[in-house]
Amino acid sequence: MELFVEQISSGLATGSIYACLALALVMIFKSTNHINFAQGEMALLSTYFAWTLLAAGLPYWATFLLTIVVSFIFGVVIERTVVRAFSSAPHLSLVVVFVGLLLTFNALAGWIWGFMLKDFPSPVRGLSTGTSLVDAHELFVVAVTFVQLVALFAFFRFTKLGLAMRGAALNPASARLVGIRVGWMLALGWGMAGALGAVAGMLIAPVVYLDPNMMLGVLLYAFASAMLGGLGNPAGAVAGGLIFGVLENLMGTYVIGHELKLSFALAVVVAILLVRPAGLFGVSAVRRV
Amino acid sequence: MPAILQTVALQAFYGSTQALFGVDVAVEAGGITALLGANGAGKTTTLRSICATIRTNGSIIFDGERIDALSTEDIARRGVAHVPDGRGTFSELSVEENLQLGGYLLSGGRAYRDSFDRVMSYFPALKERRRQQAGTLSGGEQQMLAISRALMARPRLLLLDEPSFGLAPLIVREIFRILRRINQEEKVSVLLVEQNARLALDLADHACLIETGTVVISATADEMRDDEGVRRAYLGY
Repeated sequence: MELFVEQISSGLATGSIYACLALALVMIFKSTNHINFAQGEMALLSTYFAWTLLAAGLPYWATFLLTIVVSFIFGVVIERTVVRAFSSAPHLSLVVVFVGLLLTFNALAGWIWGFMLKDFPSPVRGLSTGTSLVDAHELFVVAVTFVQLVALFAFFRFTKLGLAMRGAALNPASARLVGIRVGWMLALGWGMAGALGAVAGMLIAPVVYLDPNMMLGVLLYAFASAMLGGLGNPAGAVAGGLIFGVLENLMGTYVIGHELKLSFALAVVVAILLVRPAGLFGVSAVRRV
Repeated sequence: MPAILQTVALQAFYGSTQALFGVDVAVEAGGITALLGANGAGKTTTLRSICATIRTNGSIIFDGERIDALSTEDIARRGVAHVPDGRGTFSELSVEENLQLGGYLLSGGRAYRDSFDRVMSYFPALKERRRQQAGTLSGGEQQMLAISRALMARPRLLLLDEPSFGLAPLIVREIFRILRRINQEEKVSVLLVEQNARLALDLADHACLIETGTVVISATADEMRDDEGVRRAYLGY
């Protein structure tokens, strides 16, 4: 029984990590209708940037905030320079651009910081949680994920800027006609995704150690989580991440063993999408023709 | 009366294909000008040119200033609202969110609520449907929503692209009645593109007839109605 509870709680913690990166994917999807394959590697660069600041002696929370700000700007710059150049290109060209960015950033990280595993600190490492079932960093990850989820939900639901970003993504031509500067909305979406990715990277690194391939596996899970929950829905992405984390653990421990758990998880996603193409919590919009 | 909008020798292009060959139209301040013409004559293109959604040559003067070099967003910010061809509804969003986007340029919640109440006084049916997804409204309601969205930001010029398109005659008459009220009560000038020439001439005080990308007749609505050629070709009696 204790093993069971432990598998669930650690599944929720890894699931939160998937959810974190999935939120960044959802952010770009919601504001631009694109799926950014380079999201994980952008987060990787952010994490290395944070590592460099920490190595230079900056305190953790200052590093945390500074990294978020710099990653936001980085996201905006990538959109304004690289992605903007392909704004009238077909979707598939953009997919190639995103894959290109993925490889570029990955190589860049290896070139600048090398391939040695680096230890990345957690601000709560060593704190006691009063139980052996869950450690402090896992709780920290879960808490941060939920704070981000609530903040994102409130941003899109209740703020004028959030609505303008949704409008710009759904119908750019009409958005321009009501005076929304669509180009900046897209850049803002990339900036926010950059910031969310940075948080995800800094939460993941203490668990798996920092190296240039840290995000590859996580990105795959994050994609699957976002698809599972419904790409346009932050809460769905988080739920998808958590379901994934738990399922992966339980299956790995009790049913199919460690080697097949990723394949199994992906099979589950395919099965669910067959029945519900918009994802578990996605809403397919009704459209009159 | 001075013109609030005037185009001079306006040319427009879709890629390398030229669609307008020197269009001169004017809207008087507070007035309604109708653009008449057959399918493909360049009516919709003229509206698109004014909002800079396609490439143009020539000058467009709004309220005494040239706007032909501005972006679509900046033209909207000057007070030009466009109800585009196909209505431009944000179909996935709710009715109220559509109106909020229409009022994007308003500053503050109070200005928004004032605009909302004012616009809903013309279209009370929409108010009851404010939480409904806009894409599920009937065609007539979607047209009303498109007009409401355009009015939210208190524009000085309203560009209307075929408000009668695809609607039942009864609904069309209602919408045109409301448009007349809006023109008078909101002091908003209107440039109206309409296939239904009779309807358009009843509402407008001035009309331009466009054929293959140029204005062939520009006259008051009454003169246009009495013109033998126009009557035969576009009014059908």
